[in-house]
Formats: sequence, structure tokens, C-alpha cells
Amino acid sequence: MPLAPATKRNLVTSALVAPAAAWLFVFLVLPFIAILVFAFGERAPEGGYQAAFTFAQFANLGSRAAAFRNTMMIAPVGAFLCLIVAYPVAYFLAVKASPKYRLVLVSLVVVPFWTSLLVRTYAWMYILGSRGLPNLLDMVGISDVRMLNTPGAVLLGIVYGYLPLMIMPIYVSLEKLDLRLLEASADLGAKPLSTFFGITLPLSLPGVMTGTALVTILLLGEYLIPQLLGGGKVFFIGNALVDLFLQSRNWPFGSAIAVTLVAVVVLVLLVAMRIAWRFAGTRQVDLV
Amino acid sequence: MTSASVNDIEFRSVTKRYGAVTAVTDINLAVPKGAFVALLGPSGCGKTTCLRMIGGFEQPSEGEVQIGGAAMAGIPPYRRPVNMVFQHYALFPHFDVEANVAYGLKQMRPKIEAAEISRRVGAALEMVRLGGFGKRRIHEMSGGQQQRVALARALVNKPKVLLLDEPLAALDKKLRTAMQIELQTLQRELGITFVLVTHDQEEALSMSDKVCVMSAGRIVQFASPQEVYDRPANIFVADFVGKTNRLSGTLENGNAVRLSSGALMPVRDTLLAPGTALTLAVRPEAIRLAKAAEAAGGIAGTVTHRIFLGSSVEYSVAVSGLGDLLVTAERQSLAADGLAEPGDPVRLVFDPSGAHVFPA
Repeated sequence: MPLAPATKRNLVTSALVAPAAAWLFVFLVLPFIAILVFAFGERAPEGGYQAAFTFAQFANLGSRAAAFRNTMMIAPVGAFLCLIVAYPVAYFLAVKASPKYRLVLVSLVVVPFWTSLLVRTYAWMYILGSRGLPNLLDMVGISDVRMLNTPGAVLLGIVYGYLPLMIMPIYVSLEKLDLRLLEASADLGAKPLSTFFGITLPLSLPGVMTGTALVTILLLGEYLIPQLLGGGKVFFIGNALVDLFLQSRNWPFGSAIAVTLVAVVVLVLLVAMRIAWRFAGTRQVDLV
Repeated sequence: MTSASVNDIEFRSVTKRYGAVTAVTDINLAVPKGAFVALLGPSGCGKTTCLRMIGGFEQPSEGEVQIGGAAMAGIPPYRRPVNMVFQHYALFPHFDVEANVAYGLKQMRPKIEAAEISRRVGAALEMVRLGGFGKRRIHEMSGGQQQRVALARALVNKPKVLLLDEPLAALDKKLRTAMQIELQTLQRELGITFVLVTHDQEEALSMSDKVCVMSAGRIVQFASPQEVYDRPANIFVADFVGKTNRLSGTLENGNAVRLSSGALMPVRDTLLAPGTALTLAVRPEAIRLAKAAEAAGGIAGTVTHRIFLGSSVEYSVAVSGLGDLLVTAERQSLAADGLAEPGDPVRLVFDPSGAHVFPA
């Protein structure tokens, strides 16, 4: 019996969605359920998980306050610094750059991704380490400058590593911007700064919000940069998780921290979407 | 220069180049205060470049643009006493109608009070018959309404000159005709100089009091609509403005042309020397169509197509040696004759005053 067209369309849709859905279910939903269960359990005497129902792990979150504090401070600040650096670049690429070279220039933004972030961050470790910049400064008489293992080093690594992720969404929204609107604004007497804050920035806000949310969320789970550039001094929740799961094998406590982190991420997303929607009016906001 | 004789817009030997491409060459143009001038020409003729040089979006490579007697070299758009209605309106999508119209007033220094801004915005919206639409968002407005918002947004600033870049191109025919009348009325009421850019000759002829016909970066004719139509400066203008039959021939004597088909055609007296090779532009309404049986003079032909336009009828008539000629006949003049049918043999009688003669 031939299928009705609508049924057939639904079948095709299901078939196309199925692989991704199965993948996400097995590798995201199931593990997350496991983590959620662990979070209310107890550490087995020899490490790992032991069934129980207790809020003790959550009550103990305070013992990792430093990791939370570092993450909650440095991630948003890092994302903001990324934004400050990325916006002019995106603006130049989308508005000022000649269309002839635009593609090349945009590709250049992405080129760093061809090398692993690990390798590139390692390079910074050397540059900021005692044999790098501080050594050069020492030669001109400025001694005892510590760069590595400071919040500044972590922030630098963050801006360096995540800049392309901030540039791209802003570039996309600026590229869609109708340049005649900027001419209209000038025609109506607005000076360049007024045009920027009245027209350009509001209309590129979806890209700004997307980039900021993207970078912030990724930073909240960051492990590598604080590990390499922050040493033992500036560590994130990600570093605490690695310790808890792999070193002290306290899975339930690690799970409780992970659950809290996910809750924070969801909250950040919701707030970001709210703001983006309000500024962008009824237009669709494409988040992540 | 005395202020009484000041033109609102003046182009003095203006040339604009983009790299190796010259967009306009040696433009000299004076638009008197309160005039409604249309820059008319095919795309790429430089009319939009001229408009953008008035708006300040382009700077001339050579020469000078003046607004109200003041040189505008180096003056950015936001310091010019002109406002533009952009081709696709360029309304701000993140503002409602009111905020769009208020935008220019809010930029003015010294600052205008909020109550005064809202009063003027209200008045401007009333003027374009959009009272009560202030809180609508732009995407909720139809094309015609957006056009009015753009008009209000520009006029609320009381510019010396209003620039209109193909303002009606995106509207359907009926709306376009209505807006043509409305624009004309507004212009007369406000007394503001309007400069309109259009490729639509009908629009240019119907609205403006002076038409500046441009071609390949130069002004070909700057005159009243009637003059442009009745006395085209050259074959390009004759061709571009209105419908025209192009014929070629040789001048026999002062007032007759030997057409390429061999037929003799009467023309107005010309000063050209006999024997000059000519191009003739003949308006379709300057040719009278007569039944072959009744007219002795004229040129014989055969009707190939008939296009019924309501108040008039357009015929395409095949004439051997001349190709297809377009003939327009008013409906009334046909009442007695009735309509000619495709295939009918006819004779074409030329009105000498409707034939324009140009050296080939």
C-alpha cells in the first residue's frame, strides 16, 4: 500500500534525525542521567560510587569554592575581553574589508584552528615562562616579573584561544547588516558614533550574544588553559573535576559539581537569550 | 553671488571616477530653489552617483557640488541640509515607525524636547496619512506604507533639498500613480526642492518640472518635460523618453527626407545641408493610420499586431524597407473608421511636426 505523502515525509524526517538522536541519547543523555544519580550517592570506601540518597555532596560544594570563584570570574571576564577584541575585527571583515579579500581574511581567522589548542597553549606556556618574556625583561633590568600561573596568563590564553569563536558569529550578523541603513543614519544627521550605538551595535546584537554565550559556556568547562597557564594557582571547575574523578576517585562529589556546572550553564544561556530577544525584537535569535 | 539668485543645488564641472571607471563627466547643473527636478536615464548613466554626491556619500573627483550656495567639499552626510529617501527605504528594522521618523530630530543639536519631537513626528505621520501607525513595527507595514514612513522620516527634518532615489520602483503600478500625485502635491505644499532619480521616463515626465536626461555619465538634455518630449536634444533622448520609431534616410531638400525604403517623407524645415544622412525619430502618435482604399498619399503597410490599451490603440505596421512601425491612435479618432485588423492593408500618413531629424 502506498504511503500518504505526509506519512512519508515524517518517515524521511525521522530517518534523517535518528542517527544524531541515537548518538546524543547514548553519549549525552544516558551519561548525564548517570551523573545525576551519582551526585546523590556516596563515595565507596575504595573510591568510585556507592548507592545512597544524600545531599551531602551538594552540601560540600563550598570546599571547591575557589574553583567556582575562578571559573565564574574568569570565564565571563575572558568572554568579555574576547568580545572587545573580536568586535572591531569582525566589523572590519564584514564592513570595511574589500569583498575581493574578504574570504581570504575570514579564512585567516580560522587558520589557528588547524593547529591543536594544546600545542598553541603550550607555546604560550613557554613565552610566559621564566625563559620567555620575563627573561627578556630581566635583560633590560626589569627583574622578578612573574607571568605564568597568574589569572592574567589564563585570561591571555582564553582570549587567544577563543577569539575566532567570538569573531565568526559577530562577523555573520554584521555581514547581514544592510549598509544602506548606516548611510540612512548618517543622512539623518547621526555622527559615526551615534550610528554605531544606534544602528550597527543593536542590529549585530544577535551575533554578539551568540558569540558571548558560546565562549562563556565553553569557558565554564575549560580545563586545558588553566591547567597549562594557571598552573596549580588558577584552576577552574574543569580542573577540580579531573582531580575528583581521576585522582581522589570521589565520583559522587565530582558528579555534584558537574551537575551544578550544567545548571549554571543553562542559566547563563537563558539569560543571554532573554537579553538577545529583547534587543532584537521579534527577529529570530540563533543561539549556538 | 547674491542670495536671491542662489540655486539650491549646483554642480560645477563635476567628474567622478572610481578607479579607471568614470561614472560622471563634467556635470554642470543648477537646480533652482523649490524646483522638482528628475534625473532620468538608463542604469549606469550616472544619475545615482550625482544624487549620492549631493547626499555626501560620494565626493567628486573633480569640480564642486554646492548646496544653497555653500561648497560641500569634504562635508559628511550628517552635516548636509539634505535628506534622502532611499531606494529600498532603508528603514531601521529594530525601531517602530515613530522611532524611525524621530531619528533625525533626535540627532539635532541643540537637543529638541521630547514632547516637541513627538509632536513633529505625529504631524509628519499625519502628513503622509499614517496617523495612528506610530507604534507599528516596520515589517508589519506594506511596501506603500514603508514608502510613506521613509518620506516622513526625511521630511520631518525640514531639509533644504529632498533626494529621492527610485522611490517608487518597488510599488505596483496603481500605487505608483497615486504616490506620484501625492509626491507632487507634497512638494508644492512644502516648497522644498526635490531631486528625483528614476529610470522610468513616465515618472520623470509626470512629476517633475524639469527633467535632466543623462546618458553615459553626461547630461544630454535639461529642460521641461514637454520640451524633452517635443524637442528631444538627440536621438538618444527621443528613443529613451516616450516611444519612438527610428528611421533612416537622406535629406532631399529643406523639408523632405528620402527614407531608406525610397519613400519621401515631409519634415519640418531644417538647416542641415541637402544630402545629409539622417536618423529620424517619429512619435507613434504623429503617424496617422488610414484605410488603404481611402488615402492616396502616405506609405503603404500591413497591420501585424494590434494592442488595445483602452483609451487608445497601438498598431504594429509592417512597411517594406522600413520594418515594423509603431502607430498610436486615439480611440475617438477611430470611432468612424472602426479598428483595423491584423492583416489589413493600410496607409501611414506622417505629421511633419512629430518627426525629429538628427544627423546620423
